[in-house]
Amino acid sequence: MMLRSYRSELYKLRKRPATWVVFGVWLVLMLVFTYLFPYLSYRSGKSGADAIKLPNLLPAALPTQGLLGYAVWGGSLIVVLGALTLGSEYGWGTLKTMLSNGPGRLTVFCAQVAAMFTSLAGLVVVAFVCSALASVVIAASTGASIAGPAAFALALSMAVAWLILCMWCLFGVVLAIVIRGTALSVGLGLVWVLAVENIIRATASSVPVIAGIEKALPGVNAGSLVAALGTPAAGSGGDGVAAVVGGGQAAIVVALYLLLFGAVGALLLRRRDVL
Amino acid sequence: MKASRESRRAASSDTAPLARTHRPEPVRVIGLTKRYGDVVAVGGLTLTVRRGEVYGFLGPNGAGKTTTLRMLVGLVSPTAGLAEVLGATPGAPSSLARIGAMVETPALYPYLSGRDNLTLLAMQAGVPRRRVQEVLEAVGLAQRARDRFVTYSLGMKQRLGVAAALLKDPELLLLDEPTNGLDPIGVAEMRTLIRRLGDEGKAVLLSSHQLGEVEQLCDRVGVIFRGRLVTEGTVQELRGRGGVLIRATPLDRAETGLVALLGRDRVTVRGDSLYAEADPDEVASITRHLASDGIDLHEVRREERSLEDVFLALNADQEGGGRADDVT
Repeated sequence: MMLRSYRSELYKLRKRPATWVVFGVWLVLMLVFTYLFPYLSYRSGKSGADAIKLPNLLPAALPTQGLLGYAVWGGSLIVVLGALTLGSEYGWGTLKTMLSNGPGRLTVFCAQVAAMFTSLAGLVVVAFVCSALASVVIAASTGASIAGPAAFALALSMAVAWLILCMWCLFGVVLAIVIRGTALSVGLGLVWVLAVENIIRATASSVPVIAGIEKALPGVNAGSLVAALGTPAAGSGGDGVAAVVGGGQAAIVVALYLLLFGAVGALLLRRRDVL
Repeated sequence: MKASRESRRAASSDTAPLARTHRPEPVRVIGLTKRYGDVVAVGGLTLTVRRGEVYGFLGPNGAGKTTTLRMLVGLVSPTAGLAEVLGATPGAPSSLARIGAMVETPALYPYLSGRDNLTLLAMQAGVPRRRVQEVLEAVGLAQRARDRFVTYSLGMKQRLGVAAALLKDPELLLLDEPTNGLDPIGVAEMRTLIRRLGDEGKAVLLSSHQLGEVEQLCDRVGVIFRGRLVTEGTVQELRGRGGVLIRATPLDRAETGLVALLGRDRVTVRGDSLYAEADPDEVASITRHLASDGIDLHEVRREERSLEDVFLALNADQEGGGRADDVT
């Protein structure tokens, strides 16, 4: 029953234009912010502490440079995907159709989450392939080495990328289930990821209590996890990559958020009336 | 509060608590109640839908029909009461696998075609793909199956919703206003389809506002007002025996003759006519009796109460006397 539901959820995601739009925008932004803009910055010959160094853009640095966008802006788009996927089910009334079609509520929820996680795994693979192609193009155009990264480092980087995207996706899912709709959950998700966390980060250095809160934020821990793999932060700091906490703690906190969001989503969907 | 929690627990246990029979009735509901805060949407509803019958669920807007259907498929938890659907608790996968439901409006994915929507539901329910074509043909949508759901008219959406409900070849169909938005031909086709499903031995719980439709289709009817079942029976039972309107002269002798034949309680004077409660097979003996008494019969007309008359009378009763019993 679970497998049937999982296949049907994958079918829905695959056929839904919004999925492809989010993934397409995500890939374009990733290439622009992670490779194109840094490459243009490098070509401009800017010097200083925050100057882009060519080795960061080469294939060997793929496990670190390829992770740059996942913590904040990449995550925000995936929050949108999660909120859209579940929120639309409420908006269209299709949740009641799916729930009254056979499998239990938990089966439907788990199948939806599993299908989204599968599609995110595909997105991570495609994103790293695109990043690899971009880095090879940069290497070729600058006459630098096209030697690739170590396989383990690449696999670890992709696993971290997937973990972070899954966490943000479930954040969007939980918002959609709590709010039972799309628009508000998308809006709140974006405000949280792009505004609230940034404001807390900005004030944390001057207010000790807020510094403690900062260390528990999902985006901060995602950024710390990315930083722990050696990813250099962009000069603007807008990518959220900063070693606020250690890599081990960050990995545990991100995984705990994943479990928490999943548990809250499952509990609410299981217990609440579907009108 | 404690009692309602216990009821909820009872209703949510996987084994239905109602008495077991060899082959349980498709729907058995006892004292089913749903409260939203102080508002009672359904209050102590008790009904049974039998195998092979089309059961009409009648009631005005907001009477609790849709809430009841939602509870029967497990979308909404009852606050109190017991329900058993195909021998299981409402919402249990074992019962949902044998139920086809269209609750409220058809809710399907707007970006998918009609066929893709059904394919999706077939995948989820483990139904062979060939069944998709069968149900599309059954509801007359095969020609437009490739069009996206969002482009469908209300009637086409309704057809697709019914097709989705039929997909699993269910033992029990829960249909909420299935002919809503259909053109007259579509209405006739849908009614034929629903009647055929009943004749094939499936149980159909049909919620409808269309009294004529219920009158045509349903074996039994339950009427719900403010969340309570106020009457239940076959259409004939609800309509009563009907009567005969007689214009005759002299009226007083005709009245005396009729009272002698039928009894005082079955005869009333309506202006210059008499009205006698009588079964259709009594009409001939009434006319014979009056004629043999030398009474001139100017008009003898059979009068039957329609379901609409019954419904409106019940509505008037509820509006007039139901305030004290108001569940809200």
